[in-house]
Amino acid sequence: MKRFALFIPFVIFLLLGVLLWRGLYLDPKDIPSALIDKPFPAFSLPTLKSKETKTLEDIKGEVKMVNVWGTWCISCRVEHPFLVELAKKGYLIVGINYKDENDAALEWLADLGDPYVFSVDDVEGTLSMDLGVTGAPETFIVDQDGIVRYKHLGPINGSNWPKLEAIINELNGVGTNSKEAKNG
Amino acid sequence: MGKFLIIWCALVFSPLTLAIVDGHEYIFEESERAAVFKQLAEELRCPKCQNQNLADSNAMIAGDLRRELYQQVKQGASSEEIKDFMVNRYGEFVLYKPTVSAMTYVLWYGPGILLFLAVVSFILVVRHRKQSGMLSKSTSNLSTDEEQRLSRMLEDSDIDDALDSSDKKKQETQHD
Repeated sequence: MKRFALFIPFVIFLLLGVLLWRGLYLDPKDIPSALIDKPFPAFSLPTLKSKETKTLEDIKGEVKMVNVWGTWCISCRVEHPFLVELAKKGYLIVGINYKDENDAALEWLADLGDPYVFSVDDVEGTLSMDLGVTGAPETFIVDQDGIVRYKHLGPINGSNWPKLEAIINELNGVGTNSKEAKNG
Repeated sequence: MGKFLIIWCALVFSPLTLAIVDGHEYIFEESERAAVFKQLAEELRCPKCQNQNLADSNAMIAGDLRRELYQQVKQGASSEEIKDFMVNRYGEFVLYKPTVSAMTYVLWYGPGILLFLAVVSFILVVRHRKQSGMLSKSTSNLSTDEEQRLSRMLEDSDIDDALDSSDKKKQETQHD
């Protein structure tokens, strides 16, 4: 019994070691969004191109991705071609042009292609603040009823797209691997 | 460095109605409001730059949140209302002082419990050492021969004699 007690510090050390080792591989930037499973915040903003006012009702109805972007954001430029490809495949993406200049944004869409159903001009960053956006790009998956289901930080690319695709498919009721999407 | 100096001077020397953060002036008519603003700017964490508060950070988002904070404080919102506003958008993460809830019990009470355990085990170990130390002094260091001699000495009424004789014996053996 006494012998056994001698190993207690070693066991504690091992447990701490495992804990800290795990900590090495966690991403401190991976903060869970406060908005998951909550309704997308109400807004009323003009679009970039036609200046017509869009509201939450324009997002509801179908599963959409809401992508926060800006011409000042370098990662957005990296992400952009991928979004154009997704739009070609038929995915619905709504853009939030975050604290940007209108002319620069329009030029960007003309030069690089416009993957967005529409882009709202959030020049004050009010909608982005309600969304808890900390930078760009950020992408939200919003379901038919306007509930936020997922938030992705950083550019979407080939390696992280499968996860988003699975969530969108599940919300659309497509595919048999709905279990996988939940666990992934 | 210059910026830091300005902020430092501003915080130390400014009249209470003026809060200067990151080179920007935030003017309040009531000094209490300025105090609330300062306190919250220091207590709320920048969601982008992780280990800085809103007052320290010069990230774009921190600037936006300071502006929002300023508006809300000016309009007379309470600290609680503003904190709720921030938590609803950015999660518990923005609070440097997390609320006490089922999720944060370990955070709040863990250190206390660990300290308690440490004190208890310290006391147990010390007690154990004392007991075993006393035991070893009274018995285990003596051989059976010595113990017999000890009991003889104790029985003997003339203790001094016994000591004398044993001393002599010792000296003799040492001389040999």
